[in-house]
Amino acid sequence: MSSENTHGAPSNGPGAGHGTASGHATAVHHASDGHDAVHHAPQRSHDGNLRVANGGRIDRSRALQFTFDGRHYTGFAGDTLASALLANGVHLVGRSFKYHRPRGILAAGSEEPSALVTVSRDAYRVTPNLRATQVELYDGLTAISQNRWPSLQRDVGRVNDLLSPFFPAGFYYKTFMWPKKAWHSLYEPFIRRAAGLGEAPTLPDPDRYAQRYAHCDVLVVGSGPAGIAAALAAADAGARVMLCDESTEFGGSLLGDVAARIDGETGTDWVAKSIATLQANPRVTLLPRTTAFGYFPHNLIGLNERLTDHLPAPAVGQTRERLWQVRATSVVLAAGAIERPLVFPGNDRPGIMLAGAAQIYLNRYGVQVGTRVVIVTAADGAYQTALDLQASGVTVLAIADVRAAAGGPLPTAARRAGIDVLTGSTVLGTEGDLRVNHIALGKVKDGVVSPGQTFDCDAVLMSGGFTPAVHLFSQSRGKLDWSDHLKSFVPGRSAENERSAGACRGVFGLAEALSDGTAAGAAAAPGPSRLTRQFAVDVEICGDDAYLGALPAPTTKPKYKSFVDWQHDVTVKDLNLATREGFQSIEHVKRYTTTGMATDQGKTSNLNAMAIVAQKLDIALPKVGLTTFRMPYTPVSFGSFAGISRGDLFDPVRTTPTHEWATAKGAVFENVGLWKRARYFPRGSEDMHAAVARECVAVRNACGIFDASTLGKIEVVGADAAEFMNRLYINSWTNLGVGRSRYGILCRDDGFIYDDGVVARIAPDRFHVTTTTGGAPRVLAMMEDYRQTEWPDLKVWLTSTTEQWSVIAVQGPNSRQVLEGLVEGIDLSAAAMPHMSVVKGRICGVPTLLFRVSFTGELGFEVNVPADYGAAVWEAIYAAGQKHGMVEYGTETMHVLRAEKGYIIVGQDTDGTVTPDDGGLTWAIGKTKADFVGKRSLERPSMKAANRKQLVGLRTKDPKVVLDEGAQVAAKAGQTPPMELIGHVTSSYASSVLGYSIALALVAGGRARMGQTLYIPMPNGDLEVEVTAPVFYDPTGARING
Amino acid sequence: MLLIVCPYCGKRPELEFTYGGEAHLTRPERPAELDDQTWTDFLYMRTNLKGLYAERWRHARGCGRFFNALRDTTTDHFLATYKTGTPRPDLPVTASTAGSRK
Repeated sequence: MSSENTHGAPSNGPGAGHGTASGHATAVHHASDGHDAVHHAPQRSHDGNLRVANGGRIDRSRALQFTFDGRHYTGFAGDTLASALLANGVHLVGRSFKYHRPRGILAAGSEEPSALVTVSRDAYRVTPNLRATQVELYDGLTAISQNRWPSLQRDVGRVNDLLSPFFPAGFYYKTFMWPKKAWHSLYEPFIRRAAGLGEAPTLPDPDRYAQRYAHCDVLVVGSGPAGIAAALAAADAGARVMLCDESTEFGGSLLGDVAARIDGETGTDWVAKSIATLQANPRVTLLPRTTAFGYFPHNLIGLNERLTDHLPAPAVGQTRERLWQVRATSVVLAAGAIERPLVFPGNDRPGIMLAGAAQIYLNRYGVQVGTRVVIVTAADGAYQTALDLQASGVTVLAIADVRAAAGGPLPTAARRAGIDVLTGSTVLGTEGDLRVNHIALGKVKDGVVSPGQTFDCDAVLMSGGFTPAVHLFSQSRGKLDWSDHLKSFVPGRSAENERSAGACRGVFGLAEALSDGTAAGAAAAPGPSRLTRQFAVDVEICGDDAYLGALPAPTTKPKYKSFVDWQHDVTVKDLNLATREGFQSIEHVKRYTTTGMATDQGKTSNLNAMAIVAQKLDIALPKVGLTTFRMPYTPVSFGSFAGISRGDLFDPVRTTPTHEWATAKGAVFENVGLWKRARYFPRGSEDMHAAVARECVAVRNACGIFDASTLGKIEVVGADAAEFMNRLYINSWTNLGVGRSRYGILCRDDGFIYDDGVVARIAPDRFHVTTTTGGAPRVLAMMEDYRQTEWPDLKVWLTSTTEQWSVIAVQGPNSRQVLEGLVEGIDLSAAAMPHMSVVKGRICGVPTLLFRVSFTGELGFEVNVPADYGAAVWEAIYAAGQKHGMVEYGTETMHVLRAEKGYIIVGQDTDGTVTPDDGGLTWAIGKTKADFVGKRSLERPSMKAANRKQLVGLRTKDPKVVLDEGAQVAAKAGQTPPMELIGHVTSSYASSVLGYSIALALVAGGRARMGQTLYIPMPNGDLEVEVTAPVFYDPTGARING
Repeated sequence: MLLIVCPYCGKRPELEFTYGGEAHLTRPERPAELDDQTWTDFLYMRTNLKGLYAERWRHARGCGRFFNALRDTTTDHFLATYKTGTPRPDLPVTASTAGSRK
């Protein structure tokens, strides 16, 4: 190990003036990064030599270079960005959300609320809002701070802090109320720019993400002592075990604990041995860097595994993150506990952090977070921190204990080590601009606060005890119980096959956690444990004291804010204001003040916020209510959720057999459900309007070819097929002969049109039912429902044949001539094959089911051939059609042609409130049937009312004006809102064949309004329309029967 | 994601199933003979219990069969699934499964 490494490369310059708050500002120019930056004169202690010589989990032989805000620093393999910055004396790492206050590193793990940074590899790989405490250092890492301009040290937004009297809780709601119009144009854009943290990347994410499903007997979440013990016990019983931990290394709290001994070994040695045991077991899966972010019903746990974020240069195509969906027979939650900050004036300065975090930085990363520290605590654990720090050479100025007395083994040891222990303490305030440099303690006696000692220091470490991490338990819908003793919520009744073990259920002692984990793991495993492990533990007893709410404060107004929620800048004052303004439920207080609503979800703040509200309202804390713990536990990247479902794989695409042909012809496609359908076939420079006008005229005057393969097709087969169809469709099917087809309408039992389509009888016991393109799955589901659950006695079977048939519509006066040369053994003459007939035969040498049917109003056929022959038959028909003026046409022309004939499209001209009669389709109802689905509902008075909306045609006074689909219809002209409206336009097109625009509309009492003038109110005034019959073209049907 | 036991196929993830509303409602034999209120009740009124609820599910992306399930709507736990047409299993009602119209 070279001393140069510990000190950082010389080119780093004075290094870490950042954190000091001496006020001796001098400009230092860095040639290396070209930035002008102001740095405070370094104190000797901040020259980067905050790394202790030995110990910790870092590899001092592997120095890593990184930059933060453009400045170069050095860390070691095993560091996080936070520990490496601290080793360089950098505490100031960000600006707060609302007041832009300088913020440092509060914690050492995923609960970190303040130290959020943006890490980037290149322009595409930019990840904002990462907790520096979880970012693993790699060589060349580039990170920047957030929410500051122009620089972290001199931030213009800081003015918000000075203006803070004007930004109380609910500020937005109170201030930006007037004028109303200014919200969208002025206030919201400004607020959005001013608030917030990192900037979301805008370029597409080039990385790969994977997803995996897994099953196991026991999933253990968390690898602290309880988790490892649980995994060992479950594995001993032969269970299939998965053990995950959000951290790089397994071990949890043991990684930051140098005092404990398990079976005579150090904690980390015991961890290494235990993990090796688990690793050797083929039934155990170990997942480090894997966060259990969500607990879903029936023991489905979402895990997010980070695979490359710690690598200096991931291989091209290497998977960045893997989303696991693990279905576990049972789950052991060993999520640990989160240290609770103390709430006192000025508690948010850089250099003020959790005592346990300081202990982790020292013992796991070999970093002293300061040289002269004051510890403020309400629990014994911080005394171990004090002892560890003192042993490493840090001056512990005092331990200010909030409790009236501190007599446990650790306080006794601290006193024996010569540390000044001040019981009955509180904090009156701190000083230091970019880093804490002073703390003023207070004395509490009989509830009265008086000034106490003051200290010049460079770090303040605090501990309000520990809060069990019950997030996943709560997500699993387990019931939380309040523990007065622990001053925390703890897991109560489980909702799933789940057990909490160790600190996450308030079992804090190491020996207790180990045996709790062992018991949980053994109980979770399906078989009896073959081993009963017991662990001999040597550790000082820490107790389980904890503190809730704000520390005692003098009655005078404090000089500084007391922060409760670091990430959303919520203070005691904000919470008090909320209660004063009448908010009582914590759910309301939370929304009003935004406490606990930041990306950390209030991991360090929620209980203190609840306690402050409860105290103000003078009620017990559980009465304030408990906010919901939501997934994800920590943010998960969108890429991980998306997996491979992006780009072409975002959604399945269905194409018809002629898709390639249409693509080659230059078709413009539209999405219909998952289908790609050719919408029109532009030629030359045609736009859609021109192409559709040409296609329509060609079909009416010669012939056209159209791919109708997407129509849903269901075969209804069996002795009772006709009876089944009779019961389901409104039409009568008994008298439909073989070789004939009929336009069928399906209602639901509420009497409203559900679907429609041509139904052919191709054998006495066999119907070929077509449905709308989008409706095929739901029609089949409805048919199955009735078949299976209402009429199981009927002998009928249903099969989807949508994809088995390619359907080629050949429409227009020349269509018979086109097909005549291609069919074999089929007489296409009007006499042999009238409208609505269907024959089996052959075309172009392949079998066909040939329909004479028309959705255009022209003489027309639909050639059904097995899908594999679709493209070949299509091309043969197209070739044969060329001498008959055939054009290819798409869905847009199909829509215009059918609208000219007044044929409805279910879902466009109907909307779930349209009866067959409303649609002018009463003729289709089988009059002699006693019942069909929907019949009874059609008898209800409201379904027969004369003023129901009925399908009519509309013609605009100005033939060139094409109405907007969805436009409203009014009987009276010149109305202003609120208007009296009587209907709406459902279909509207320019008809090139007719030379004027046409529209279909649903209008109240429409059929009684023939010839009336109605009005379409539009932004520029009313458009006049005349009500007509919905059939605009060939009303007698002469052409279709040609 | 729930795990649902299809009586024909066994335990499968929720994604394979579609929901079918309340179970044990039989479409009247002769709807034409019913008055409007009775028909409306059949069409639209459901018990919507908080607690143990008998409902229809379909293994739509599996065997395609409809079946019935007893689910505790307060916990989302399935206590039983059974074939259409068979009677509702007689399960002991616990505190959490005591149905109430809430």
